[in-house]
Amino acid sequence: MGLLSKKDAALITDPLLDNNPITIQVLGICSALAITAELKASIVMALSVMAVLALGNVVISLLRNVIPSKIRIIVQLIVVAALVIIVDLILRAFAYELSKTLSVFVGLIITNCIIMGRFEAFALANKPWRSFLDGIGNAAGYGLILVIVGFFRELLGSGTLLGFKVLGDPIEKTGLYALGYENNGFMLLSPMALIVLGVIIWIQRSKNSSLIEEH
Amino acid sequence: MSLKQNLHNLKEKYKGTKMAPAFNAIHTFLYLPNDVTHGGTHIKAADDLKRTMNTVILALIPCLIFGMFNAGYQHHAAIDGSLRADVLANFFTFDNLWIGIIKVLPLVIVSYAIGLGVEFIFAIIKGHEVEEGYLVTGMLVPLIVPVDTPLWMLSIAVIFGVIIGKEVFGGTGMNILNPALTIRAFLFFAYPTWMSGDKVWVHGAVERAGTADAISGETILGSYAQNQEVIYSTFDKFMGFIPGSVGETSTFLILLGAAFLIFTKIGSWRIIVSTFLGAAVMGFIFNQVVAADIITESSKFYGLMNTVWWEHLMIGGLAFGAVYMATDPVTASQTNKGKWIYGFLIGFISIMIRVFNPAYPEGVFLAILLMNVFAPTIDHYVVQGNVKRRLKRTKVKTA
Repeated sequence: MGLLSKKDAALITDPLLDNNPITIQVLGICSALAITAELKASIVMALSVMAVLALGNVVISLLRNVIPSKIRIIVQLIVVAALVIIVDLILRAFAYELSKTLSVFVGLIITNCIIMGRFEAFALANKPWRSFLDGIGNAAGYGLILVIVGFFRELLGSGTLLGFKVLGDPIEKTGLYALGYENNGFMLLSPMALIVLGVIIWIQRSKNSSLIEEH
Repeated sequence: MSLKQNLHNLKEKYKGTKMAPAFNAIHTFLYLPNDVTHGGTHIKAADDLKRTMNTVILALIPCLIFGMFNAGYQHHAAIDGSLRADVLANFFTFDNLWIGIIKVLPLVIVSYAIGLGVEFIFAIIKGHEVEEGYLVTGMLVPLIVPVDTPLWMLSIAVIFGVIIGKEVFGGTGMNILNPALTIRAFLFFAYPTWMSGDKVWVHGAVERAGTADAISGETILGSYAQNQEVIYSTFDKFMGFIPGSVGETSTFLILLGAAFLIFTKIGSWRIIVSTFLGAAVMGFIFNQVVAADIITESSKFYGLMNTVWWEHLMIGGLAFGAVYMATDPVTASQTNKGKWIYGFLIGFISIMIRVFNPAYPEGVFLAILLMNVFAPTIDHYVVQGNVKRRLKRTKVKTA
């Protein structure tokens, strides 16, 4: 990346794999389980979190020298709440059906540990540009896992991807369904999301043994 | 050169390589190893893991053979109801066995081939010996699924059950949940249309649905849940001439297997007895609720609540679960008092799920999985209680 210095680029690439907020820090699990039954919802959720986290990081970073440390959590909450409401209203205005699917989970971005975690750990101590990159990077790492989980859950659970019937039509019995294939209903239930997530964590750690914690 | 020597040579040849566990497993499965430990102090016992597993399989064989006949009998009896008039004459026929051979044997073969395949692959990747744990699971799985279960579904479920239910925890002996029930639960939640309802228990019912030849094979539990008349006599229910999963219908043969397991000291009689006890108590409570007119006939729970408590013990998979599933030594409670609590709660919760959730008439596997999770907790409190009582005793003495 010619645009960014090596140090800045690491802010984006690190959280994608070796310091992924979901699989390594195990934050933000709740929404990863709840809304990943469809790929589309996963992508929209990832983008929403990216918008909130990147902008929130910038705002907190700009205010970092004026926020009294005693009330910093409340200030952070106000910032994230304001941004989440904006995202929620935009979704309702331009993608009403989707915002119904995501239902309460857009509002619950406020409680997503990744966001408060990055505000506390990064934005309060860094300049706006670097905070912005950090927000993009962490949200991308979060979104990457959401998209992977959403991909497998929608493909195996409903036989579709982004709503397209990639495996054939289950009612007309075309494609794979003509051979007797059936959708796996378990994939649509939240426990399976946890298992898929566990498998991702398992694969990642067996590829890179330095990630395995001592205990 | 004998097969044994050949295998031994192969084992020696591949010693230290990745494939070594695979050859070792085949060799020790078929024969005693050529080399035994010399010198030093060690306990020699005849009942190693392999022999324990084989004993359980022996206890399951009658259920399997009966299940094969029953698969055919239910199929033919569903088409021609007059066969039911004389069960004994029409049960042990070659026609019935033939349907068992073409429908049930593939389930057994697929279960073993896929399950052992996964075990071998994991042994080779992780570099440990192949463990015998799947021998029993592989026999249990075909016995607890409906006869028409598609083989590819079974394969996926077995792969899932062995990997997620067992291998991720560290293999045989380390699993929290019973792998056979994990496989059953996976099938149940993934493909509910193939695992419940009135079409899956009799061979051929799915293909014939909606045609003029349609046959129905509602299980007894299903009929009770819908307040329907049940055509089977108590004798049918006890002997197992009823629709159901392949090997779990015959309470009689299951009790024979239980006697065998208890005699060989492989199954825990405490768990078996307490599971039946728990189910009977829950059934009895429900009977009293009905007798007290708290639940009337209009309630959707009436049919199953009104079922006499001892009948609950014979229908559904309760007996099979109590004898072969709950007693799994890895996932059950280890302490004697814990076993009583563990078994009692399995029976108690099974009947509760059976009655209160007609969508899951088969509450037994859910109850056992739930108690599998709590087994270590039960043990913990039993042990702590024991420690406390002994401490008290010493205090009294010193005071």
